[in-house]
Amino acid sequence: MRQSTVEKGAAMLTRFANPARFMRLSGATLPWLGGAAAGVLALGLVWSLAIAPPDYQQGETVRIMFIHVPAAWMALSVYLFVAVASAVALVSRHPLAEIAAQAAAPVGAAFTLVCLATGSLWGRPMWGAWWVWDARLTSVLVLLFLYVGYIALVNAFDDRSRGARAGSLLALVGIVNLPIIKFSVDWWNTLHQPASVVRLSGPSIALSLLMPLLVMAVGFGLLFGWLLLLRMRTLLNERKAEALRLHGQPAPPRHRPTGERGDAAMPAARPVLR
Amino acid sequence: MTRKRRRLLALGVGLSLLGAATAMVLVAFNDNLVFFYSPSDLAAKAIGPERRIRIGGLVEQQSLERHADGRGVGFRVTDGKTDISVVYVGLLPDLFREGQGVVAEGRLRPDGVFAATSVLAKHDEKYMPPEVADALKKAGRWQEGAGPDGKTAPVPALK
Amino acid sequence: MDQVAGWLMMGGYGGFVWPAYGLAAAVLGGLAFQSWRRHRRSGAALARLQTPADMPRQ
Repeated sequence: MRQSTVEKGAAMLTRFANPARFMRLSGATLPWLGGAAAGVLALGLVWSLAIAPPDYQQGETVRIMFIHVPAAWMALSVYLFVAVASAVALVSRHPLAEIAAQAAAPVGAAFTLVCLATGSLWGRPMWGAWWVWDARLTSVLVLLFLYVGYIALVNAFDDRSRGARAGSLLALVGIVNLPIIKFSVDWWNTLHQPASVVRLSGPSIALSLLMPLLVMAVGFGLLFGWLLLLRMRTLLNERKAEALRLHGQPAPPRHRPTGERGDAAMPAARPVLR
Repeated sequence: MTRKRRRLLALGVGLSLLGAATAMVLVAFNDNLVFFYSPSDLAAKAIGPERRIRIGGLVEQQSLERHADGRGVGFRVTDGKTDISVVYVGLLPDLFREGQGVVAEGRLRPDGVFAATSVLAKHDEKYMPPEVADALKKAGRWQEGAGPDGKTAPVPALK
Repeated sequence: MDQVAGWLMMGGYGGFVWPAYGLAAAVLGGLAFQSWRRHRRSGAALARLQTPADMPRQ
């Protein structure tokens, strides 16, 4: 019993202290992350489109791989991020975890969409089909539906905490799809080829083609980081504004809080976040 | 037990059950998750001509022949153990060539020839510049689905 | 000039390579722009709400 009160107290503290610290830190990181993302992506684009050689079989279409494969990696890792953040949100009820999951999901959906669309544009000239219902393509389409379902579910409830909890559960259930996507090309006959980079026997891709692929992957990762922080800050701002509107305006006169502990008592009336 | 730990336990049990259920479903539906059969699968399964199926494998070296009408082609698809004759009339994908992976959709005729209505190319997971591929071939380190002469002969005349 | 034209042709696959890059740029760029604009607006809205309490005008 005593431990539980201690835990509750700690949760209360982190609950209101951490978002403020997050706003401060993310505000300082954001420009650097955005600049790095833009720089690496610019380098990756030039490398992918102008420097990298064509493939011995697929010719110039191999350039589609430089966005298709990193987009697929991001689609999977962002989903993993959403699922882990959802688990933390469900278990520890930390508000930043819930916000992180909700901020990341649309970004993951966008990467999945890019992966599917570029794959289609690659499949048509090389395979001879825009789309086939093989295990790899179908499971990635299911991933897109999971993202869309999560976003819809989170926004479907008037009570925000219920929406968040329902969305978190869906995100966790959907995690079974991740190994299916990754290993679909090994477990079943698919039209899609097996993995080229992330495999036990090492990459089966020449260095001159692997380098632009990795640069683009780093660029996509930085872009995700930037978008994540930006969208988390937006959600925090919006929630704080909503709380301010609900609890009367102007905020009741009170002494300026001096520390985070003081903040914790009345989060809605706290004057400045930064 | 704290509430937090109880939630963690419930989550762990729920996810394990979900994983087990998914694994069972996947094993049960294994046959339907396969996009195509290999020629060996086909020989073992005895599928009649009434079913539309897909077969996949490599186009056997020196097996490609163009029919007299100029549009139809015949070739053999092999998985290294068994092979099967395929006839097809229509456009072929750019990657289609001898030694290349292929997935054909159609019906198995009673005479054992597979009549395809669509042919898709399946490529492998290797990517390299043309010079590297040439160097590998010259050095005799070329394996994969290539024929005994180690060459993958393109068929530009078919396009 | 011919080199640029050849580059744009992408060995005959320009009709697939360029739309793939264009589409990726549109989706990710669009998301980035939307996220940035919403962030700016949310910050401004919050600042408007906080100003009267924080700095009472005299």
